[in-house]
Amino acid sequence: MIRKPGSDAVLIIVPAYNEEGAVGDVVREIQGVMPGVPVLVIDDCSVDGTAAVARAAGAHVLSVPHHLGLGGCVQAGYKLAFELGYQYVIRLDGDGQHDPRYIPDILEALRTSGCQMVIGSRYVRRDGKATSVARGIGIWFFRLILRPILGATVYDPTSGYVGVNRQALEVFSRSFPLEYPEIEALVVLQRRAFRFREVPCVMRPRQAGRSTITPIRSVYYIIHVLLGVLVNILKFERRRWRR
Amino acid sequence: MDGFLNIVSILSVVLFVSVMHSLRQAHIRVEHSVSWLAAAVALFILSIAPGALTAIAARIGLEEGPLTIVFLAFVVFLIVLYRFSRVISDLKDANIALAQKVAILEFHLRTWHEEQESTQGR
Repeated sequence: MIRKPGSDAVLIIVPAYNEEGAVGDVVREIQGVMPGVPVLVIDDCSVDGTAAVARAAGAHVLSVPHHLGLGGCVQAGYKLAFELGYQYVIRLDGDGQHDPRYIPDILEALRTSGCQMVIGSRYVRRDGKATSVARGIGIWFFRLILRPILGATVYDPTSGYVGVNRQALEVFSRSFPLEYPEIEALVVLQRRAFRFREVPCVMRPRQAGRSTITPIRSVYYIIHVLLGVLVNILKFERRRWRR
Repeated sequence: MDGFLNIVSILSVVLFVSVMHSLRQAHIRVEHSVSWLAAAVALFILSIAPGALTAIAARIGLEEGPLTIVFLAFVVFLIVLYRFSRVISDLKDANIALAQKVAILEFHLRTWHEEQESTQGR
């Protein structure tokens, strides 16, 4: 049962939108790696059988009433986890790209490093890449942009394979970037002097379904994220200046 | 110029009547109608008072009276659009928060039902 977690409790959340072909296997793989740990699939109002498949595989399902987009969907999971008292939350995508075998590594890093966020990174080791050339260039670009802002290199800033502790959970349950959350979330945490680190993992090709990323959306993504980063910096600096 | 001003007069009356009709039908809320009604009244006054239009044109450095009307209308529309963008953004944020709240409440309800069923089944 997902209620009444202990003081060291972990919740695995899996945002999914039209992922009936992959989400069942993702849930079963997670249960194989982390037996007894609750898995929460957040169904972003899919039009296919994502929720039913996830439930049949043994996951709890949080169904949002209309399509919120990735950030809104993930934040719903963070809000529920915070409300229920979980100490650690690990997020994997529902398309099967994130191999659940790395969950113990992320969890161990969260528990022992004192970092508020741990990122599963395909670039810490050279064998972890499973991405297109265009996305690789995008990741390189954001790595350069973020380095002076974050004060450290984040090798895989667009990775959605992340673990957070309760401190980050509290921040994200109140304020979380809604459309393309990964990079902005790093800035949100850094501005609060929270720490993060990367652990190596291998990304797989998506197991089923189609990616929603098109060339036009990629350009929009870059502009949106740059603007979001800038706004987060300005917002935080203004608050600090007011104090 | 007279023909243009007549068209502006007619358009401002049409705008005013349309907004009032929408208000009556409750398609626009009162707080969102004020900008449009003010714009319609301002356009109407300027179109029937060429003297005022010429004075404003001279003040802002435009030679043509009709161009001044187009310019003022453009400014008004920009302000209204900006205001509505803010309203839409606020509504979207509120909508997302509400949807998340509904989802979480449904989740609790479902969990509670499952617990009840399993208790009764024992």
